[in-house]
Amino acid sequence: MQWKGRKFLLLKRIMQSAVGKKIGVLGLQGSIREHVAALRACGATVVEVLTAADLERVCGLIIPGGESTTISKLMRRAGLFDEVRARALNGMPVWGTCAGMILLAQGGESEMEPLALMDLEVERNAYGRQVDSFQESVLLELTEEVLFPAVFIRAPKVSRVGEGVKVLAKCGDSPIMCRQGNLLATSFHPELTDDRRVHEYFIQMCNG
Amino acid sequence: MNDRTHVDLKKGLAQMLKRGVIMDVVNPEQARIAEQAGAIAVMALERVPADIRADGKVARMSDPGMIKGIMAAVTIPVMAKIRIGHFVEAQVLESLGVDYIDESEVLTPADNEFHVDKSGFKVPFVCGATCLGEALRRVNEGAAMIRTKGEAGTGNVVEAVRHWRKITGEIAALRDMDERALSAAAREMRVPLELVVAVRDAGKLPVVNFAAGGIATPADAAMMMQMGCDGVFVGSGIFKSENPAAVARAIVEAVMHFDDPAVIARVSENLGNAMEGQEISSIETNYAERGW
Repeated sequence: MQWKGRKFLLLKRIMQSAVGKKIGVLGLQGSIREHVAALRACGATVVEVLTAADLERVCGLIIPGGESTTISKLMRRAGLFDEVRARALNGMPVWGTCAGMILLAQGGESEMEPLALMDLEVERNAYGRQVDSFQESVLLELTEEVLFPAVFIRAPKVSRVGEGVKVLAKCGDSPIMCRQGNLLATSFHPELTDDRRVHEYFIQMCNG
Repeated sequence: MNDRTHVDLKKGLAQMLKRGVIMDVVNPEQARIAEQAGAIAVMALERVPADIRADGKVARMSDPGMIKGIMAAVTIPVMAKIRIGHFVEAQVLESLGVDYIDESEVLTPADNEFHVDKSGFKVPFVCGATCLGEALRRVNEGAAMIRTKGEAGTGNVVEAVRHWRKITGEIAALRDMDERALSAAAREMRVPLELVVAVRDAGKLPVVNFAAGGIATPADAAMMMQMGCDGVFVGSGIFKSENPAAVARAIVEAVMHFDDPAVIARVSENLGNAMEGQEISSIETNYAERGW
């Protein structure tokens, strides 16, 4: 019985390594399809994560753009909130875009409950409402420095950066891309452009 | 600036709304209930469609003070409606800073010939459609998001289903058309050929599309999602039901897990009475026939 169980685990492990590592996109709400398409275009195998069982199958997770209040509530209801937190604390790479950045940061004002994984504070919608949304070319410090078309839509503004957090890009005086170990946050939306370099960077984080 | 790509910010916000529920609200208290339930955005208006229908009078843009009250009450995006063709109501809403304008057949049309030229506005627009031609005319005028018209305020999903099937059926039919047939289709729909070719190549509309008009239950919402819609608008269905907070939350979950019948069953339990529905044949004004 015991041997059978072990054999099963062994088989499972072999199968997993054969199909390669999978990267998850939190599939509750928002720009899910765009992230999935971008990752696939980079050659990654992608899983839409809707349940705790889905989460077990992935080695990294993207929290997409959307509405942070909605996504936070839906994570609780889907039983994913604590699971994602635990996996991230255990070293799983997580990248949050826009709403995802708000979820990774520490909570401030509102009723929205963040994962509070990064030593960052953000102000929601601080760039203004939809009419104030904008696109700008910014310098990102990836494996090398690149010029990137950053799209800001009702974007959060970083108001404080903790000591362990590395700022990878700024727009004006404000940090717009931050990394803290296995955690990555962007206040802009690389998934809305055809430029895949930030997705490639995150895939490297997952493989590394 | 040497951008590799340029993104339409107006379409971009709609992309962030996907797999979400947009709820009609008439005051800040309802807006907070909607936000609490997990709504992705709220539509601020003075009366829900069911009441506009019962009232029968001219329906116009809502009081800016009331819209501002709702904008102050929630942090999620706020949308508001203008009459078809009423470009000054659109200017007013843009100056208020609403996040989206719905040029809506639910209000009494202001222009029998032209819709608003939406390309000149910075604020994005959503418009209703009953068929592909109507959807593409709106996109060509600058709409950043399309919804089915359905039949608002009836609590009857049948028209939303009909409009969605018509739009997707007409998109599918483009696939078998040669250049001449595509030109003829573009002429008939009164839109540029390039737009029709782009839809044929993509197999879908070039903007996000939501279901709207008559969605009243979690199962209604999940059905529209299974049919391929990106999200749903729920108008009268929530605050005309017996237990708005519970119905709102149930519809949000049904949209999230739209292909899991067990979840839809669970969230549909004990919701109390849904809004009272109406047969389409019994109504006096078909809102879907407004707009052209």
